[in-house]
Amino acid sequence: MRTILFLMRKEYLQLFRDRQIRAQILVLPLVQLLLISNAATFQVRRTPMFVVDEDRSTTSARLVEHMTASGYFRVAGASPSEARADDALLRGAATIVLHVPADFEKELMRTRAAPVQLVLNAENGSTAGVVQSYAAEIIQRFAAEAGAELRPTIRGIGPAGTAAIAAPVPGMARIETRTRGWYNPDLRYSDYMVPGILVVLVTMSGTLLAAMSIAREKEIGTLEQLNVTPITRTQFIAGKLAPFWVLGMGQLTVGLVAAKIAFGIPMRGSLLVVFASAGVYMVAALGVGLFLSTLADTQQQAQFVSFFVLMLYLLMSGLFTPIDSMPRWAQIVAQFNPVTHFIRIMRAVMMKGAGFTEIATPLAALAAYAVVMLAIAVMRYHKTTA
Amino acid sequence: MSVFLAFLRKEFAHILRDRRTLLIVLALPLMQVLLFGYAIRNEVTDVRLVVVDSHPDAVTLDIRNRLGGTGLFHIVAVEPTEARLDRLFRTGKAQVAVIFQPGFGDLLSRGQVPQVQVITDAAEPNTGSRMQAYVTQVIQAWQMERQDAARAFRIHPAVQMRFNPTLKSVNLFVPGLIALVLTLISALMTAVSLTREKETGTMEILLVSPLRPWQIISGKVLPYLVLGWASAISTLVAARVVFRVPMRGSVPLFLAESLLYVLVSLGLGVLISSRTTSQRAATMGALVGLMMPTQLLSGFVFPLESMPAWLRPATNLVPARWFVVIARGIMLKGVGITYLWRETLVLALMAAVLLVLAIRTFRVRLE
Repeated sequence: MRTILFLMRKEYLQLFRDRQIRAQILVLPLVQLLLISNAATFQVRRTPMFVVDEDRSTTSARLVEHMTASGYFRVAGASPSEARADDALLRGAATIVLHVPADFEKELMRTRAAPVQLVLNAENGSTAGVVQSYAAEIIQRFAAEAGAELRPTIRGIGPAGTAAIAAPVPGMARIETRTRGWYNPDLRYSDYMVPGILVVLVTMSGTLLAAMSIAREKEIGTLEQLNVTPITRTQFIAGKLAPFWVLGMGQLTVGLVAAKIAFGIPMRGSLLVVFASAGVYMVAALGVGLFLSTLADTQQQAQFVSFFVLMLYLLMSGLFTPIDSMPRWAQIVAQFNPVTHFIRIMRAVMMKGAGFTEIATPLAALAAYAVVMLAIAVMRYHKTTA
Repeated sequence: MSVFLAFLRKEFAHILRDRRTLLIVLALPLMQVLLFGYAIRNEVTDVRLVVVDSHPDAVTLDIRNRLGGTGLFHIVAVEPTEARLDRLFRTGKAQVAVIFQPGFGDLLSRGQVPQVQVITDAAEPNTGSRMQAYVTQVIQAWQMERQDAARAFRIHPAVQMRFNPTLKSVNLFVPGLIALVLTLISALMTAVSLTREKETGTMEILLVSPLRPWQIISGKVLPYLVLGWASAISTLVAARVVFRVPMRGSVPLFLAESLLYVLVSLGLGVLISSRTTSQRAATMGALVGLMMPTQLLSGFVFPLESMPAWLRPATNLVPARWFVVIARGIMLKGVGITYLWRETLVLALMAAVLLVLAIRTFRVRLE
């Protein structure tokens, strides 16, 4: 046990002696957190809209007004010419073109149905999808309201002998649909991304730094020196990984505090659950780092290999894009990724207030992964330099 | 001149000898292309829906069948009360809940207005909005059919998706991916290579050789120019062949613009190396100062329009941001220099400034 403590102390000394590493461990995560949390958003804000209104009636004007009043759209230009609209799309000045054909109002009055055309810049397919659904919703609501107002008045003798004006007609199915979004009432992207970003930061310390640390020892030759000492494999590994475990947990704490202060990120669940899961996750991440270090001879190699593997993990973890959107095979692969489970846990606990029972499945997966990874890494590591 | 060529040959030999790094550098972009093409999607499909219906009747069953029949939704449970709703959402078993007011059908037939609640898991806001829109649209469509046709106003939007009709996300990512690859190789590896010479002390040896400073820099930089450009082209080819990512604009223009971007990255790489003394610091510096902004602030994954207003000016400093606009313009929109002259100018200015700076600082440091 004392040996492990000695090794830990040596590790800390080596780590913090390097001024640049110091800055990276302490300053970098905070900077990353602040920067990424603000940049990493798919929020659809006031989308620039180009209006081609060939009808120029009150109805078409009111439709445009409805679109802008929602806050999701702003008029970036208007012209009767379609060519101008197209140019706006090409230049990137507008993301959506609303084209109201001539006789729109007349058509609507006459047949109760009229078309409009929406042309979207679909470079970003998912944003286009969201913009489209917003636009469709607004147009639908407009149609319903306009219908209620512009309905021609019914003058006649009703059953009660009085003139009925726009009386409710039986057989008209009117349903009131109330919508609510849980866990994110203000629809803030930061609430969703920050738990994931914290995971990224913790993973970097765990996997990247651990792998590099061992590779550095290999490169400068001190590994060989350690190998000729009487310390056992287990002691060496424990002494190597424990400091990074503590570091990662520390970074998580700092990150959580910063997230609360800077972004008002909710913490609806219990901190105990968060830290317990983080503890298990760190072991898994460190196991991966240890394994990667056995694949590299130099620091640079370790860096690149870790970077590569981390990229893979991050992309397939549901951090940026939902797992639910992936094809079936990718979803299965994602289940073998510890990052997937930890992000799920973090989001469930922080945003939804989940407890141990509700995150039992991903937590168990993490534990299994940690055990397996460590076992493989320990088996692969030999006290010889081949 | 022959000295310079010999030096160049040594540099190439160094790079090719480090098989592992080379493999990673070439495999990384390919891996990303494959992932982005096959796995990373943003579509909303197969939404897990839970119905809360305390008194099922013909009407609610009809609506439920409607929802299940769209193929978009997957009814995972029908509950009599809202009791288990919390748990279902927390464990992720359900994404949307549709709650019918008790006595729904009766209220409707009496001409009153029954209520249906649609609750979405809005943890991910966009998914939440889209699921909400889909559900309400299905319910509205159901209403429209039941309504007396003479009463309803219908405005149907005909939607046209320009530049990416299939909404494939790979089309969006590949331009940014190419920028990332170029940055990785041209900036990161250049910085590391130059710093390694400093760290191992061989820089001094180079200096006492008959090579002039500009020859040293260009000798070190040229291999990465070639490697970066080759990697970008191979990524592009892979994307085109495997995923049919379009190239609607002019290929020579694209190659020229990517060369310009490579020059910018090289300048940055040399600049970073002139400020760092250890490889580790150089790598970290390049990763943080360059790769991260390239990934986050360039519009590669996260749209620039989504960013808060105060962050947007900062994105103008990231060279990748301009290149992504150019690459997307050429590949997806098929536009030429007439639409892209402004972005090209910015890149050219950045390249000029960086290269001048790099050469000046390098010369000052070498003595």
